[in-house]
Amino acid sequence: MADDGQRRGPGTVAVAALAGAVLLFLIAPVIIILIVSFSGADYLSFPPPYLSLRWYQRFLGTPSWRQAIVVSTQVAVLTMLFATALGLLAALALVRGHFRGKGAIYAVLLSPMIVPTIITAIGLYFFFVRFKATGSILAMALGHTVLALPVVVIIMAAALQGFDLRLEHAALSLGASRLTALRRITLPLILPGLFSAALFAFLTSFDELLIPLFLSGVEVQTLTVRVWNSLVLEVDPTIAAVSSFLIGVTTVVLGASALLRGRGDVTPT
Amino acid sequence: MAPPEGLDGGAEVRLQALTKTFGPVVAVRDVSVTIDRGSFFTLLGPSGSGKTTTLMMVAGFAHPTSGDVFVDGKPMAALPPQKRDLGMVFQSYAVFPHLTVYENVAFPLQIRKAPRLEIVHRVAEALELVRLTGYERRLPRQLSGGEQQRVALARALVFRPRVLLMDEPLGALDKKLRAHMQLELKHIQQRLHVTVIYVTHDQEEALTMSDRVAVMQSGRIEQVGTPAELYDRPGSRFVADFLGESNFLDAVVVAAEHDGRWRCRAAGGLEFSGMAAAALSAGQPVTAAVRPEKLVPADEPGAAALGASANTCKGMVEEAIYVGDVTRYRVGLGADGAVVIKMPNRVGSRPPSTGAALALAWSPEDTRLFPRASA
Amino acid sequence: MTSVEERREQRRHLLALAPALVVLTVLFVYPLLGIVTRSVYKSGYTLDLYRQIFRVPVYLQVLGGTFKVSALVTLVCLLLGYPLAYVLATRRPRTAQLLMIIIVLPFFTSIIVRTYAWMVLLGRNGIVNEYLMALHLTAAPLPLLYNQAGVVIGMTYVLLPYMILTLYSVMRGIDPGLVRAAHSLGASRLQAFRRVFLPLSLPGIAGGTLLVFILSLGFFITPALMGGPGDMMIAMLIEREVEITLNWAFASALAVVLLALTLVGFVGYNRIVRLERIFEGRG
Repeated sequence: MADDGQRRGPGTVAVAALAGAVLLFLIAPVIIILIVSFSGADYLSFPPPYLSLRWYQRFLGTPSWRQAIVVSTQVAVLTMLFATALGLLAALALVRGHFRGKGAIYAVLLSPMIVPTIITAIGLYFFFVRFKATGSILAMALGHTVLALPVVVIIMAAALQGFDLRLEHAALSLGASRLTALRRITLPLILPGLFSAALFAFLTSFDELLIPLFLSGVEVQTLTVRVWNSLVLEVDPTIAAVSSFLIGVTTVVLGASALLRGRGDVTPT
Repeated sequence: MAPPEGLDGGAEVRLQALTKTFGPVVAVRDVSVTIDRGSFFTLLGPSGSGKTTTLMMVAGFAHPTSGDVFVDGKPMAALPPQKRDLGMVFQSYAVFPHLTVYENVAFPLQIRKAPRLEIVHRVAEALELVRLTGYERRLPRQLSGGEQQRVALARALVFRPRVLLMDEPLGALDKKLRAHMQLELKHIQQRLHVTVIYVTHDQEEALTMSDRVAVMQSGRIEQVGTPAELYDRPGSRFVADFLGESNFLDAVVVAAEHDGRWRCRAAGGLEFSGMAAAALSAGQPVTAAVRPEKLVPADEPGAAALGASANTCKGMVEEAIYVGDVTRYRVGLGADGAVVIKMPNRVGSRPPSTGAALALAWSPEDTRLFPRASA
Repeated sequence: MTSVEERREQRRHLLALAPALVVLTVLFVYPLLGIVTRSVYKSGYTLDLYRQIFRVPVYLQVLGGTFKVSALVTLVCLLLGYPLAYVLATRRPRTAQLLMIIIVLPFFTSIIVRTYAWMVLLGRNGIVNEYLMALHLTAAPLPLLYNQAGVVIGMTYVLLPYMILTLYSVMRGIDPGLVRAAHSLGASRLQAFRRVFLPLSLPGIAGGTLLVFILSLGFFITPALMGGPGDMMIAMLIEREVEITLNWAFASALAVVLLALTLVGFVGYNRIVRLERIFEGRG
């Protein structure tokens, strides 16, 4: 007899087992790729016969892969800056402003999440092709900003709603200008949320494939596009190393974001 | 009114050495009590006293670490809640939001595969009992809190359980509605002769409704008795404090008198007599508890009626607090401490004035003595 | 605050909104409108391109195939996701949060990585076949890649977190006291689940299936990499028309059809998600 008075019957066990199997299904591929990327053999077998860093050496040793990392990072950093700046301002206006049509504006700001990315991607392609801007880092960053804006707005709106406006009012009553109050009181307190939003903007850009697929040039390819091109040709084990790298980036971003959230509740009640 | 057909009165419930631990925390400690069939029994205590956990063990939602529950002699420990056939009303009502009032009340009968006509008949009966006839088609979100509570009650009674468990069911209602529902519940219980085990932290509620009350603290039963027994003869300082109001005076035992009566001396030298449940010894520190309404001004006719053996003291009126139907007076007794007395604001009464001297008298029978751990 | 200050405040806020709205308008709304106009213009305004989509069997096949795969993926996600969401929702919040990490990590990992992982696992010489044959569960390697099976597995893997999170958020809101009340009234565990928990989780099921279905419709990467020649989905067709056959007008028409389906789906989703609020009774 379990603690809540219910007997643990075969039905309970079956459901728990199924749930466990699904959890395994979700995490196993990620872990397998991580492990297999250290395989010393010529093909990917699990478990690997012996461990080696050869695929990572290949990955980081090939100039075109290295260049792809550089491109992805440049685009992601630009996206992060654009999306965070624009998203913060928009969130401030939405959370604090009183004007009609807020619902419609929210809808517009969040719509890139709803529209299938393939459509957004070809739209951007048709747009930039006119300016011969395909292959431009700036163009890709702008495209990714469109995708990252909703994420930033959602995170920042939540952070701002948790912020006690009275603190700002107190600063104003003590003689600070609006900008000073924002800079010295509000910003430091919503900084964790801001960093979190920035990190997710970065990640959104770094992981993105469809938009750079259309906007990439021959020379200028993001990491994801390079992976795509390799996969279409053949299943090269080097890609396992690249994948692990991408998983690593995701983990770092998620971990940093979680840490920030832990330290984020500093607003006194 | 005779109990409805098929019901020969409630079941007898016996709790035997019930203990429940959550890791190092002992929530319920060795609780044993017998609840007579057809009676209204209340578990009373502050939050954290273990009363709800005890009820949950009776219901089957918590498994006892040791001990057992017997309903009409049948042990319950091995039975999950759905097999115990006990009615339960929860504090949060737990009315199914996706079912109508009718469907909610019919639920237990459908589970028991009762024939449809019987269900219709019994649901109507149950709704009439809680005065919700005509509400069958409504959804819970269209009902007030009190109405939802009544649906929960009808639902718990419709399958004629022999025991009804109630976990602070009136907690979320406003004061007037609560008082009204208390009487309704009592009447329903008397009508159906069902055994009720009721949990509450509201001592007024417990005193109003119960045949017997168990006062709980820190997982243990402090005292079991009728409301009058608990009120007039509290067995510990906790019970004296938790139920009603009490004045407390620190004193030391001087000598034994007859029949469980003891002579005591307070810190400032005031001597008086009081009753103790267990034997005391000379020199033992005690706390004396006296209810405010038992302290009578010495010049009132009631004082003379107390007789020659009455306790007396002299003090000064420090503060008067008007509460509408009574006025409370804080009377300082100097080094002995201070007491609060209550006097009804009746026509023609001569209230004592602040700063005036006041002599008080009270009966030793109304003075309860409890051993005190010296500070 | 005086009305002068109010208006100044309002202007300030609108100014703050402006940059984001400008970027979105220029880079998102305007291109979308461009797509719509492109889809109805082929030497004069015409609906010919749409007629093409719905008349030519090849394209109808693609549409039908997209629907079929999406429906299949949705079903599998529901069957796999419901038990897990149920177990998570009925655990203590702290345990649930820990287990959530296992769901969230793949969720935020790039789709290309997730798809690649399954390509490694499902190939003829892949890890799954390797183990199946080692355990003698099958004599020859199973064709799990470059066909519909592979697409379904891959897409399910990517979309499962959406289903789980939607179901979980609804299930978390179901008062556990209701199931307890059902037990107190005599219901067995199965009866309590079927009559109380399941109906109350319906908004989650509806929302989750709708969300996963809509997202499936627009999928490109996974079916492109893991599907066979007969497994073309609408997004793949759009890409081919843009990059290969350079038939931009037709691609735009396809895009509009996909967009319309998506929008209809989201309106429905919104309605359902709001519907669940009604079930939140007091208690």
